Amino acid sequence: MMAFSIPTSPLPRYLLQLADDQLVMGHRNSEWTGLGPILEEDIAFSSIAQDQVGHSLAFYEILHQTYGLDNPDQTAFNRPENGMLSSWLVEQTIGDYAFSLVRHWCYDQAVALRYESLAQIQDPNLQALAMKLRGEVKYHTFHAQTWMKSLLQGSEESRLRMLSALKEVWPMALGMFEAWPGETDLMQELGSQGDPWYPGEKNLQDLWQTRAMESLASWGVEVEALGLQRLEPVLGGRQGYHSEHLAPLLEEMTAVFRLDPQAEW
Amino acid sequence: MVNLEPTSPDTAQGLQGNIPQGLSPVLQRYWEVLDQVPDPEIPAISVVDLGIVTRLTVEEDGGVRVVLTPTFAGCPALRWMEKTVQEALLEAGAPGVDVQTTFENPWTSDRISEAGREKIRNFGLAPPPRRRPGCASPDLDVLAQAACPRCGSQNTSMKSPFGPTLCRSLHYCFDCLEAFEQFKPL
Repeated sequence: MMAFSIPTSPLPRYLLQLADDQLVMGHRNSEWTGLGPILEEDIAFSSIAQDQVGHSLAFYEILHQTYGLDNPDQTAFNRPENGMLSSWLVEQTIGDYAFSLVRHWCYDQAVALRYESLAQIQDPNLQALAMKLRGEVKYHTFHAQTWMKSLLQGSEESRLRMLSALKEVWPMALGMFEAWPGETDLMQELGSQGDPWYPGEKNLQDLWQTRAMESLASWGVEVEALGLQRLEPVLGGRQGYHSEHLAPLLEEMTAVFRLDPQAEW
Repeated sequence: MVNLEPTSPDTAQGLQGNIPQGLSPVLQRYWEVLDQVPDPEIPAISVVDLGIVTRLTVEEDGGVRVVLTPTFAGCPALRWMEKTVQEALLEAGAPGVDVQTTFENPWTSDRISEAGREKIRNFGLAPPPRRRPGCASPDLDVLAQAACPRCGSQNTSMKSPFGPTLCRSLHYCFDCLEAFEQFKPL
């Protein structure tokens, strides 16, 4: 395992957090390949996983080309666990389908917000990339919303299972918006419109939460009674502290790479 | 399932392709070479008609530089396309070829040429609806309204936004009672 130093400048650190979330989420979602409850859902989760790993690659490539990190394969597959800046939400095992769907909905809504804000950055390459990836994520949020709505409004069993998954996922979803070192500096950076492009984690969380609550209410969820507002975030990922689930995931994800770390693929 | 046999192969003749106008003879030839390189997932359409070739230049030493941009960021066919583009140009006599992939001019489904859209339809897929003016990203309301590539009916429904490749969605036609796929708008 190579020694890894987390970037100290705010922008590359933020991009690394985004890339790590996408890589780990993509890996988890790919675990539905061959196991999806129906063929279309098997394909959906597999396609979303493929997108997410592709998005992580695009960011690792920029981190390599512009910010001096090692090449994408080394950065993705040759890092100690405490060098990974992904949130706890994405590393959790896939659970049942309700858990994976609710996580997918929470996660991709947040990614959409991050891409919306990144599309306002001055750097033309990052701006173009964010615009492009935002279009792809629209298909993810569309898919997630379709299933959230139909299962929350489906049978009594489907509704109860989705509500239970919501309560389980929520604290970790809040953890996606954990404060990170350098955040306040990045909030000062002016974007292409002359305003700051990055609103900071607290503001992103507020926006995400408002939209999520509105959607849940429109699908007939009694948000107050469910008590989501009283749940505390699960933190640590953005500082490199992880749950017991990341180490086995990294072990599996990097197994082939580690056979010959210098191999040309 | 999708009928992979072209149904009416000649209908794309005469439609606008993606080769730029007013090229020097040598650039014209290289563009025409690439216009014969098929997309690996939809071989009826070339990488040029698909709109993923964003730049083609010839250096002073005769070397050719090509810039590609992926349709979807996670497209697994990208490395293969870089390789086939390089091989096709070398075979056409280019002394050296440099192929790069960037997001500088990001791909949208509006980059597919008119001829390409017709070839996609002949291949059995619904071509992507064009973006509404002023829309910076795809409008998913139109995704659900794909016209059946077989009978032209609008009486269709989307079964899933994800299909057998990243760029296709699954639909069903209530008039010909068949499933079909659409090239997704992006």
